[in-house]
Amino acid sequence: MAECPVCGGDVSFEESTVIHELKDCNDCGSELEVVNLSPYSLMESPQAEEDWGQ
Amino acid sequence: MRIGLLHSIIRKDEKMILEAFASSSGAHLELIDDRQLAFQPGADVFQLDALLARGVSHSRNLNAVRLFEGAGVPCVNTSEVISVCGDKLQTSLALTKALVPQPEWRVAFTPEKALEAIEEMGYPVVLKPVTGSWGRLICKINDRDAAEALLEHKSTLGHYEHSIFYIQRYVEKHGRDIRSFVIGDVCVAAIYRTSDHWKTNTALGGVATNCYVSNELADLSIKAAKAVGGGIVAVDLFESSDGLLINEINDTMEFKNSVYVTGVDIPGHIAAFTARVASGRELAYA
Repeated sequence: MAECPVCGGDVSFEESTVIHELKDCNDCGSELEVVNLSPYSLMESPQAEEDWGQ
Repeated sequence: MRIGLLHSIIRKDEKMILEAFASSSGAHLELIDDRQLAFQPGADVFQLDALLARGVSHSRNLNAVRLFEGAGVPCVNTSEVISVCGDKLQTSLALTKALVPQPEWRVAFTPEKALEAIEEMGYPVVLKPVTGSWGRLICKINDRDAAEALLEHKSTLGHYEHSIFYIQRYVEKHGRDIRSFVIGDVCVAAIYRTSDHWKTNTALGGVATNCYVSNELADLSIKAAKAVGGGIVAVDLFESSDGLLINEINDTMEFKNSVYVTGVDIPGHIAAFTARVASGRELAYA
């Protein structure tokens, strides 16, 4: 578990979670990036920039 | 065999690719975060046999691949493919050269000439930024009033690139278009993207359903993919009254919504193709 940096809610992780993976906070819906696996920690995912996407 | 996966954030698509590599290829996968790169020319610190470019930022993806290619690493896709697919003008030129059917298009560099071109083509038309994605800033122009307003706004408020006016004839697609997935010489799957909106991007809410890959669809998709340099691309097509037309081609395709509906292991195909490139059994380009 780690704390959502936006709302403070608990965010859980699967065993297969990888560094830099995106996760959604089930409490506030924020999109988060996994920035550490041991211990788990999260930050808000970067905002989409103009050249992002396919 | 060492394969680099160039990424920034790990989306569902990249996670599926990671899982595909883990279950099939036997390759050692090196995760390379483009936000952490400070590339030293000539030094192949990663000692890769191939690089799979999956960065979400087009410009970072393109320039990082140029650097890896400069260090002798085969890249999927190549910088040429990323460059051509990331620029609608380059894509249209490549399709024209390869005699691949596409909607009629014009390019102008001033609002006055753009308006002339639009009037000559007839309404409606679609105005697109030369570089851009996820359907952003693409607008359908139904009449002269809208054309004049949009052209003035783009030339006054926009980045200089927005004053390169790429104009495409609007194709009535009756609520759907097709996206096909080409990996190497094979069109592995296709989806319909259906929406009530004239933009059918799944990023904007378009719904994906399976599309049967006919010989016609496969042949045209592969021809379009080869026109932009091959590799791993997604081809967007319109079903027009004149037959299939190529709209756009994507070099860092998103497929997370397509695996379940098509039943095709697209990330598995991506991992297998990259592994073949890494082992020298296949070229990364057409």
